[in-house]
Amino acid sequence: MSVLAVKNLSKAFGGVQAVRDVSFAVAAGELLAMIGPNGAGKTTCFDLLNGQLAPDAGEIEFEGRSLRGLAPREIWRLGVGRTFQITATFGSMTVRENVQMALLSHHRRLSSLFSLAAKRYRGEADALLARVGMRDQAERPCAVLAYGDLKRVELAIALANQPRLLLMDEPTAGMAPGERGELMQLAADLARGSKIAVLFTEHDMDVVFTHADRIVVLSGGELIAQGSPQEVRAHAAVREVYLGSYA
Amino acid sequence: MFKLTRRKALLTLASLAAAVAASPAVQAQTIKIGELNSYKLFPAFLEPYKKGWELALDEINRAGGINGRKIEVVSREDGGNPGDAVRAAEELLSRENVSLLMGTFASHIGLAVSNLANQRKVVFIAAEPLTDKIVWENGNRYTFRVRPSTYMQVAMLIPEAAKLKKQRWAIVYPNYEYGQSATASFKKLLTNAQPGVQFIGEQAPALNKIDAGAVVQALADAKPDAIFSSLFGADLQKFVREGNLRGLFKDRPVFNLLAGEPEYLDPLKEETPDGWYVTGYPWNEIRTPAHQKFLAAYQAKWKDYPRLGSVVGYSTLYTVANVLKRAGGPDTEKVIAAMKGMEMDTPIGPIVWRPIDNQSTMGAYVGRLAKKDGKGVMVNWRYADGAHFLPTFEEVKAMRKE
Amino acid sequence: MTYSSILIQFLNGLASASSLFLVAAGLSLIFGVTRIVNFAHGSLYMLGMYVAVGLAGQIGFWWSVPLAALAVAGFGALVEALLLRRIYGAPELLQALATFALVLVVKDYTLWQWGPEDILGPRAPGLDGAVTIAGNRFPEYDLFLIAFGPLVLAALWLLLKRTRWGTLVRAATQDREMASALGVNQRWLFTSVFTLGACLAGLGGALQIPREPATLLIDLSVVVDAFVVVVIGGLGSIPGAFVAAFLIAEIKAFCIGLGYSTLTLVIEFIVMAVVLVIRPWGLFGRKPVLPRGPGAIERPLTPPSRTVIAALVAVTAALALLPLAYGGYTLVLMVDILIFALFAVSLHFIMGPGGLHSFGHAAYFGLGAYGAGLLAVRAGAPMEVSLAFAPLLAGLGALVFGWFCVRLSGVYLTMLTLAFAQIIWSIVFQWDDFTGGSNGIVGLWPAPWLASKTAYYYLTLVSCVAAIALLWRVLYSPFGYALRAARDSPTRADAIGMDVRQLQWAGFAVAGLFAGIAGALYAFSKGSISPETMAVSRSVDGLVIVLLGGIQTLTGPVWGAALFTWLQDTMARNIDYWRAVIGAVILLLVLAFPQGITGFVAERLEQRRT
Repeated sequence: MSVLAVKNLSKAFGGVQAVRDVSFAVAAGELLAMIGPNGAGKTTCFDLLNGQLAPDAGEIEFEGRSLRGLAPREIWRLGVGRTFQITATFGSMTVRENVQMALLSHHRRLSSLFSLAAKRYRGEADALLARVGMRDQAERPCAVLAYGDLKRVELAIALANQPRLLLMDEPTAGMAPGERGELMQLAADLARGSKIAVLFTEHDMDVVFTHADRIVVLSGGELIAQGSPQEVRAHAAVREVYLGSYA
Repeated sequence: MFKLTRRKALLTLASLAAAVAASPAVQAQTIKIGELNSYKLFPAFLEPYKKGWELALDEINRAGGINGRKIEVVSREDGGNPGDAVRAAEELLSRENVSLLMGTFASHIGLAVSNLANQRKVVFIAAEPLTDKIVWENGNRYTFRVRPSTYMQVAMLIPEAAKLKKQRWAIVYPNYEYGQSATASFKKLLTNAQPGVQFIGEQAPALNKIDAGAVVQALADAKPDAIFSSLFGADLQKFVREGNLRGLFKDRPVFNLLAGEPEYLDPLKEETPDGWYVTGYPWNEIRTPAHQKFLAAYQAKWKDYPRLGSVVGYSTLYTVANVLKRAGGPDTEKVIAAMKGMEMDTPIGPIVWRPIDNQSTMGAYVGRLAKKDGKGVMVNWRYADGAHFLPTFEEVKAMRKE
Repeated sequence: MTYSSILIQFLNGLASASSLFLVAAGLSLIFGVTRIVNFAHGSLYMLGMYVAVGLAGQIGFWWSVPLAALAVAGFGALVEALLLRRIYGAPELLQALATFALVLVVKDYTLWQWGPEDILGPRAPGLDGAVTIAGNRFPEYDLFLIAFGPLVLAALWLLLKRTRWGTLVRAATQDREMASALGVNQRWLFTSVFTLGACLAGLGGALQIPREPATLLIDLSVVVDAFVVVVIGGLGSIPGAFVAAFLIAEIKAFCIGLGYSTLTLVIEFIVMAVVLVIRPWGLFGRKPVLPRGPGAIERPLTPPSRTVIAALVAVTAALALLPLAYGGYTLVLMVDILIFALFAVSLHFIMGPGGLHSFGHAAYFGLGAYGAGLLAVRAGAPMEVSLAFAPLLAGLGALVFGWFCVRLSGVYLTMLTLAFAQIIWSIVFQWDDFTGGSNGIVGLWPAPWLASKTAYYYLTLVSCVAAIALLWRVLYSPFGYALRAARDSPTRADAIGMDVRQLQWAGFAVAGLFAGIAGALYAFSKGSISPETMAVSRSVDGLVIVLLGGIQTLTGPVWGAALFTWLQDTMARNIDYWRAVIGAVILLLVLAFPQGITGFVAERLEQRRT
């Protein structure tokens, strides 16, 4: 059974149909890339999935359960992790504290008034940081980290609630080419190791074709192709859309 | 070995105390008076007030002080709010060790300090506050008040108002305790004097924020026969200008509490409305010897003419001096006893301190406004003695909860 | 109302709207481009009035107006170049603090220069009469104002839409970082915008002199009105300011016309609250572009070192021993300082870690004070009981109003807190039978066993130290961390399952509750309370204290409270122009230590260590 199933999803802004009748699914342990030129509807699609926007029509099911009408935080509670195109971390906290926040939230300990936050779930946080290779920077304030390291922290945060689905919006945006492959490899290893389903958008086609198990292609709000990297590469419509940029 | 018996010790102490008491150094010790006011918030009214008591201070000390002891006034800014005022009063009492307190301007600050005086058991002579409550509903045995209160000043205007036999009255007042109680007193007293009188079109703009054009139009819409106002300061100036421009005061008598006081009248200049009935202080026309003497001294010292606040400040400190003389010193209980029924002169006439409510019988001048050389003046005025405009002893007894 | 009086009230509203628009437009422009919340805008208006009224006697009213506007523009340019330019890098709130200090300085300068008395200006020559409209007399000058407002709007519109300068201003208003990335010369742009804004304020003031006297009280009342207009219209929107000025002025005129004049005390705040609840960015505002990347980033919260804890314990112990050495007034002053310290710490709790910049925190201080007063005097409860339960009223108030406030962000949230505070204030101010109206409640003394200065000092010391310690402790708890997380990145907080609004709502209520404790202690220390307990000026004092001490440190508000209260106490006693001195001290501190006193000390200590 697929972890995430998207069925006939549609969303319009004013008169513009940003997403039209899109359907796809992601299975556990599978890395699905969503690609398409600018304005293809990827961001809208992501915002619909994570609860930022409400769809006009269609269904989003996570492990058989509808996500429609749920707020981002409720979707997270069900077991959906998330990283952002522009990293969003808590700048006034250390790397470890950032992960601890996610753990505190996961264990529903946020309204505790008198325990010491910095002492809660320390070990768990360090273990997560070790998995993304950030253990040695645990004490540093997030505000001073290099961009690639922030991305890793986000990954650790996303893993804190043991998600079965990970939504990664442009995970390698803003990174140097060398770092990109490294980060994506890390994500892929973690996902496959823990049987996490991953849906990510990406501009860097090298990253996509190296790491994705399958690819869905959006154009003009519609899904024009999906399949394995080889199939998509060979797909006529995709070649047309990407002609000149990637062919 | 020198053995000190208890008896001997007591004797020694007693003689020592007697020696200290008799020594000229202590005899000449000054009496400290604590004074506090909102000098920063209301400088236009309180600078003349301060000049008034400073003049009195000079005179009193030049005349030898109180039984040979000079008085010293320790003056404080009260910060313009009750919380800071109470702190300033505490500082005067505990750090400066003043014998009694005087001052304050706004009613709520006056009440707060009066309340503190009651708690700390010290005499407080409220100078400027007009609120009726400070001597009645919230009155206490330690608090005395110099000026004629809102109620008294309204009462002074009632005879003229009733004489006009106007049926429909519109009222405008600043929306806080002073304006509210002026309005309530006016309605009550006028209804008593002229049964069947109607009150229509009440306007209560926020203090210092009158929307004068709209208020004037709304009053005109009510088509009143006469208007009663307790506006003052900037509100009064705006109201007068708009009313003049829009013809509100044409053929319509207007009564305005306080508008004849130089503090409020002088800024009106060319706009001074003709014929208004007001309470006030026509300083340059009062020819009584007491006032002539005060005026000359004031002008000599300050090169400026006195405002009503000057009279209040001057009279307040003289009250202090007189009562200290009468009580033989600053002992609180003796001062309270001495205040009861004390008679004294002020620049505007003799006053008595009423034993029942600690209110002085200081009066006010009632008259009409006119323009002279581009300035506002009071004409056809007379002095209304406060003694005639106070509630009966029974009424006061019912209000004071002692 | 007859048709003719409806017409006249409508015209009255239009005339007032024009004046209001002039001052609000300048404020909106300045905020839009420089992001400075310019408290001194009302002072610029006041200067315009005084300069014009001073000049009118010599050169006539019509010449005095442009000259006054230019003079104020020149003053504005100086202020921008000599003062504000130095602190653009500082946190935005600190810039607001600097402009507040200017208010104090300008007020005392005006008093010194023009004297204490109100000055009523001349009528406008040529327009000094009235015309008859529908059977009513209407001032000619008001007709002129009615025409002048839209003219200024048109001129500003052309300036913004048709000139290169206007394009830059619009770009900077929408997205300051983008504009600077596009190579806009910010320095010149900021100076010119501030100068134009000051000019409009001066013009607005000067044009008002035929209608009202120049008074020293006008500055804060005008700036608050102008803020309300700007926020209702939408920050940075000139047409929005125009529409909002029209709306407010007409509503006021018709309140008066229909006989609801007592409502004018608060109607603008009610309108603002309603507008903000329905449209969180004002009528014409856009959702603000959040600044990218970190603004002023705080260092992570580290548990206090042994030395710090030892120092805090030592200070507390010294305070506990204080009555042995000092009595009387020192204790009275210390009670005030302790109470304001708790008030400031509670404000800091919601402003700093909570990230919600409240401009109405005095409401909860006041609710605590009134809760105590009403329980003790109206319900006849013992003092101890009143003191214990009064803060609940403040907490309840914060719970109710906080629900609305946390739905907004930035300056809009700040203004909504102000609106609610003003609404509570006006209820307290007008409900004579229950709250005692403007006079307040008297006769609130502590129980006999707490009545002595020493006893009450110990009560305050224990309560305040415990409350402050508790608030600080909460900041180290998961809840405190969650508050900071929600402030640092609401998006991320939401994405890891935090209910940001609920967290902030709870934080707001906690801060309100603790402010209420301070308020209740205050009531019994003074023996009486009045509406001023919860007035805007107390909220401003709270902000000044927090910013002076340093918003990025926990102990900052405490030292700020001590310094500010002590300064006010000493200055007021010894110096005539103490307001100006306090203003100057604040300016110096802002220029020298943009991170607050404690922030500065902490930084120095750190430098020495490394």
